[in-house]
Amino acid sequence: MKTIFKSLLVITVLTMVLGSCGKGDSKKKGALSSNAAERVYVAPGEYDEFYAFVSGGFSGQLAVYGLPSGRLFRVIPVFSVDPEKSYGFSEETKPMLNTSHGFIPWGDSHHPDISQTNGELDGRWVFINENNTPRIAKIDLTTYETTEIIEIPNSAGNHSSSFVTENTEYVVAGTRFSVPYPQKDMPIKEYKGNFKGALTFIAVDPKDGGMSIKFQLMMPGFNYDLSHPGRGASHGWFFFTTYNTEEAHSLLEVNASQNDKDFIAAINWKKIEEYVNNGGGTKAPANYAHNVYDEHTHTATSTMKKEVLIINPSDVPGAVYFMPTPKSPHGCDVDPSGEYIVGSGKLAAELTVHSFSKMLKAIDEKKFDGDAYGIPILQYEATLAGAVKQPGLGPLHTEFDGKGNAYTTFFISSEVVKWKLGTWEVLDRKPVFYSVGHLMIPGGNSRKPYGKYLVAMNKITKDRYLPTGPEVTQSAQLFDITGDKMEMLLDFPTIGEPHYAAGIPASILMPKSKKIYKLEENKHKYVTKSEGAAKVVRNGNEVHVYMTMIRSHFAPDNIEGIQVGDKVYFHITNLEQDYDVPHGFAVIGANTSELLIMPGQTKTNIWEPKQVGVWPFYCTDFCSALHQEMQGYIRVSPKGSNVPISFTLDGDAVDAE
Amino acid sequence: MKKINLTISFLALFALFMVSCNSGEKKPDAAEAQTETAPEVKGQSAFKDDVSSANALQVAKSLDDFKTLVAAIEAAGVEDAVVNVGPLTVFAPVNGAFDKLPAGTVDDLLKPENKSKLAFILTNHVAPANYPIKQLKKEAEKGRKLYMASGKYLLVEDKEDGIYVGGTKILKTVQVSNGWIHVIDNVLVPAE
Repeated sequence: MKTIFKSLLVITVLTMVLGSCGKGDSKKKGALSSNAAERVYVAPGEYDEFYAFVSGGFSGQLAVYGLPSGRLFRVIPVFSVDPEKSYGFSEETKPMLNTSHGFIPWGDSHHPDISQTNGELDGRWVFINENNTPRIAKIDLTTYETTEIIEIPNSAGNHSSSFVTENTEYVVAGTRFSVPYPQKDMPIKEYKGNFKGALTFIAVDPKDGGMSIKFQLMMPGFNYDLSHPGRGASHGWFFFTTYNTEEAHSLLEVNASQNDKDFIAAINWKKIEEYVNNGGGTKAPANYAHNVYDEHTHTATSTMKKEVLIINPSDVPGAVYFMPTPKSPHGCDVDPSGEYIVGSGKLAAELTVHSFSKMLKAIDEKKFDGDAYGIPILQYEATLAGAVKQPGLGPLHTEFDGKGNAYTTFFISSEVVKWKLGTWEVLDRKPVFYSVGHLMIPGGNSRKPYGKYLVAMNKITKDRYLPTGPEVTQSAQLFDITGDKMEMLLDFPTIGEPHYAAGIPASILMPKSKKIYKLEENKHKYVTKSEGAAKVVRNGNEVHVYMTMIRSHFAPDNIEGIQVGDKVYFHITNLEQDYDVPHGFAVIGANTSELLIMPGQTKTNIWEPKQVGVWPFYCTDFCSALHQEMQGYIRVSPKGSNVPISFTLDGDAVDAE
Repeated sequence: MKKINLTISFLALFALFMVSCNSGEKKPDAAEAQTETAPEVKGQSAFKDDVSSANALQVAKSLDDFKTLVAAIEAAGVEDAVVNVGPLTVFAPVNGAFDKLPAGTVDDLLKPENKSKLAFILTNHVAPANYPIKQLKKEAEKGRKLYMASGKYLLVEDKEDGIYVGGTKILKTVQVSNGWIHVIDNVLVPAE
């Protein structure tokens, strides 16, 4: 008995040692032998192959990473203030965060989507939705600045957003939480039949990306979770997953999981657009903010819009259908051909794939299974293309590699599963660490995916990094998907929650990236285009300082005649016309952030001095060899003092010859 | 005793496999890998940027008057310093200025072994500061000397026919993205 035990022990040890040498276990073998390190290594001075725009989730921002390195390049402030970049703090950017609820310093950013032309990424803009106070933002991919934010009225929990149609005709915003329409004081228990779910179609100006709400489709009071546009043959349609077709309003984890099937809503937006263009729809009062940042005035303006066009599904027969889809589907993903619509039933045992052509046929043949609030429900079997059987637990989101394969994330079984379109067979599965939400293949939801890498965005991190107290970094994982089997190459930390992402080849964006703002094109109301033009102007208790900055001084840098109780506006123009030479500005006691000012740009801070004295200001961005010398003083006298306004540089007037 | 034996044999077995494991893996030769992948070292002077205003080196390169100066900058290997964010004020001698030096001086300085000597002379033409003409006038007026990158100080004089620096007259001034170029027709050889 003892001998047998010993033999077993030997065998065990042998197996262990052999196992660690074996081919199958690349984690234990390390990056060197699998050459994963080589494949994600971008040598100093070299560039990444792809840009990845990863939503910051509850940080409210959008982060820009390189793939395959996973290096973070920039955090673009979108829905949350960012003192580092003076976003939401400078007078010019405050209007960007205005809403019908007033100024909101934080948002919950979710699903970035890059603009498309003919169903392919064109890299003009990236759109992203705010979930909490419903908004859609547009980020310009030449400046990487948020240039427009539009609030979505009659919506709440703006989640099935912000996906674009294949020529960026529209960006959609679907409500996750249905709400009373119009909003009113009513008992919550009267939800059923009285709450509505608005699906908003925002027209995008092809020239400048300007957004305007074309119409709102008032759907039944379900939860609209995710969406994707038709493409190719299905261009003109949009698909939205729904859950809570039970119309529960409490303990949804139980009450919204009762129905065997929820729906994917198929919306023929072209048909509705035609109806609207012919004068259809009802103009209804509304109140929502439309905020636009102008690159030439370097200033945002906020306008309150007072009307929105409402469409009821019954107004446009043949425009809205429901396709039954098992168990609270989350992801709603359309393959590159536009034929397959994948519904990921969060609680379903299989992955449901609908066929667009079968859907059209079923509509044609009126294969209906009743209706929901007048909207025809198509027979489940009539639209079904197939199902991936026993794929994993908790499917969430699917993207495509353009080679006939689909990749789906599974939250509960914590894995990415590769399967084949058409045969629905599972080809590969890889564990993910841990509990993956969304995934991203650059262009993976377009007609032309770049099927080289896959990024899995995880909800749980646990033991993947050095711990930093109860809160640990969020995490993404990079896979190489060029082979038959997926290979995990890299873990990389992300800001906020990496909720969703969009990727694009660097070759499309790199040449367009702006280097400087042209000073001669600066149309800011308070621009100062030369040192000689700098001045300080008192207007009652408001003092406007027209200041310039260049390596390595401010003009003026000595200011007197300010009084306690004044409201001092520092309007500062960076005179540099040289790439990567921003200057910063901060003054002691300012109740706001620094200013970070790009070459050729003007920004404004308000300073309300409360104490008599001589107070310094300085450049906050290490700009030059004499950065530490880039400073000035402002003298604050008591209220009513007779010290006159004066401003100098090196003891002389700024325009002294 | 038996136990110890067993342990030893386990350890031996383990070691054996570890060794075979290691030898089975190809460890890249560090030196070899380095020479293979070492990228060509490029500084910011190699960066292509046709949007920003031209910097001091770009301006100098675009003008025939500064052929000798540019050749000297390149020979001294200080291109990156001249495109640096600065701010820089460059007193740029025209070609003729170099001709005024004793015969053979320039050829001698351009030799690789004189690289540091050449660099020292060139840095005597650069002030790490922002000095437009207006400011130089004030420097003269207030009796402030210019501190040059060589560590030496230059005298500024406001004379009837113009501004003089280090005893030579400024002929012309060009604003560049990282500062100023003041054209002179003498080389400012630093005192040893």
